[in-house]
Amino acid sequence: MTAHSSLAIEATGLVKSFGDTRAVDGVDLAVRRGSVYGVLGPNGAGKTTTIRMLATLIRPDAGSARVLGHDIVTDADAVRGLVSLTGQLASVDEDLTGRENLILIGRLLGLRRAAAKGRAAELLEAFGLTEAAGRLVKHYSGGMRRRLDISASIVVTPELMFLDEPTTGLDPRSRNQVWEIIRALVAEGTTILLCTQYLEEADQLAEGIAVIDHGRVIAEGTPSQLKASVGPGALHVRLLDPEQRPRAAELLASALGAVTLEPDPAALSAACPDPDRGAVAVAELSRGGVRIADFSLGQPSLDEVFLALTGRPADELPADDVLPNQSSRTEEEQAS
Amino acid sequence: MTADQSAQASTTSVADVAAVRKAISSTSRPPRASALSSALTFGWRGMLKVKHVPEQLLDVTITPVMFVLMFTYLFGGAIAGSTGEYLDYILPGILVMSVLFTTVYSGVALNTDLTKGVVDRFRSLPIWRPSPLVGSLLGDSVRYLVAGTVIIVLGVILGDRPGAGVVGVLAALGLVVLFAFGLSWVFSTLGLLLRSPSAVMNAGFMAIFPLTFLSNVFVDPTTLPGPLEAFVDVNPISILANASRGLMEGNADGADIAIVLAVAAVLTAVFAPLTTRLYRRG
Repeated sequence: MTAHSSLAIEATGLVKSFGDTRAVDGVDLAVRRGSVYGVLGPNGAGKTTTIRMLATLIRPDAGSARVLGHDIVTDADAVRGLVSLTGQLASVDEDLTGRENLILIGRLLGLRRAAAKGRAAELLEAFGLTEAAGRLVKHYSGGMRRRLDISASIVVTPELMFLDEPTTGLDPRSRNQVWEIIRALVAEGTTILLCTQYLEEADQLAEGIAVIDHGRVIAEGTPSQLKASVGPGALHVRLLDPEQRPRAAELLASALGAVTLEPDPAALSAACPDPDRGAVAVAELSRGGVRIADFSLGQPSLDEVFLALTGRPADELPADDVLPNQSSRTEEEQAS
Repeated sequence: MTADQSAQASTTSVADVAAVRKAISSTSRPPRASALSSALTFGWRGMLKVKHVPEQLLDVTITPVMFVLMFTYLFGGAIAGSTGEYLDYILPGILVMSVLFTTVYSGVALNTDLTKGVVDRFRSLPIWRPSPLVGSLLGDSVRYLVAGTVIIVLGVILGDRPGAGVVGVLAALGLVVLFAFGLSWVFSTLGLLLRSPSAVMNAGFMAIFPLTFLSNVFVDPTTLPGPLEAFVDVNPISILANASRGLMEGNADGADIAIVLAVAAVLTAVFAPLTTRLYRRG
């Protein structure tokens, strides 16, 4: 029945169009069992659509995929019996309490009433939600909702879990918690397909990464391979006076090369191969009369990866601190 | 206020990674839930929503109560000669109307559900595919029962004494709820096709309102012009109203009941698979 392939996901040439938009345009993926695989890309790149196809929510227009050895179209039911999905729109029922949500999922998965109740209590306790268990989910904070969402996905531990932007919009503390939970899942043998807009997240968790843009995989590799393709890091500078940005961009360009203007009008960054050259570039800026609010040497952002891979910035890339964008799925589907 | 504040407070509580790890490793997959069990679980979900927001039952009861009072006391004398006589005639009709109006809300609720992420989870579960729909309609049937019961109790308070007693009343209520279950598939289909809950509401009432008024719910069709009378006579809502009157008074026509059951069965046979397909397509 189950093909004993070492691959949890094998997808070839997946295509899905909504109207005239080719949301996914020939995606190939190979994900090893027991690993975390990151799918990295900006909003509208086709990440969510890819996940929805693999999770059997929508059918591909072309191409094929096997999930845990089962075809996602002809054997969709078998796939559903092995995977679980944590969507970008939190996949919990906001009009029920946290406890009711978990009991509901437990019952639907075939647990008897008492077992479903016991499992709900155990998960609520483990996820720090016992105190909020009897409250309607619509009153939960973003972090609590996300934890409940993940716990709903492991009422019965899945062999493969789809996580669609699990930390978008979370504060750093909640984000770290979600990462810890993901690591715990992997340690227990669950395979994870993680869609994210954050290179740092993929870097922290994933063993392999596919970068996707306009529905196509434009790069694939380990996090360190990807970062190497961008250079080891970037110099981020924030200016006191946004008016000085063109001047600062000029100076940085001559010191370091390619410069990215950030969404923040006072911020810019440049690929920086080594810290010494970064220090020189900062000195150049202040010698040139540019007043600096702060600067840092950091990991390349997704935007820089995109710049390096495509020669242009990612479209519609949100600033790091914007609220969760819940519209990616609706945008894609409204196109239909 | 307090709920929000305490929600804030408990964000500080954290997930216990050791316990999470234990929770992950401590399950084995149970055998799949049966079709019946998953449908009933979705019915339970519907009930929970009523429990958390009982006000939603007001929507479905206030309008029919107003109709009973208005038609009986405002028009009753003019239409039937006396308010008491008209009440006997109109009560089974309003029972039909109030329950059928409630079916529109099934479509609205389904459409509202679709805008939420939880539907994705339901679609990704290894369950009998129609169970979210069948289950929510089972849950809604309880609302239909409530709407129907309110009308009957009101009628009794106003002095109506159905000839066939409790058994007749229960039979009529059961028949109306059964028909409503069939009809609600139609509005579920609408709920999946239209873009917003208010569009479903408008389209639903645009259909059900004229169909209800162009029936024998309020007036005796023999007073109508010929073509209209012909339409009213074949309107399934008229037949349902006749059957309910018959059951309540103890002189039901078996053919009427059979037609009502057949129409409900046909609506279910056509629209249930259609709805399931649309729901699956997402």
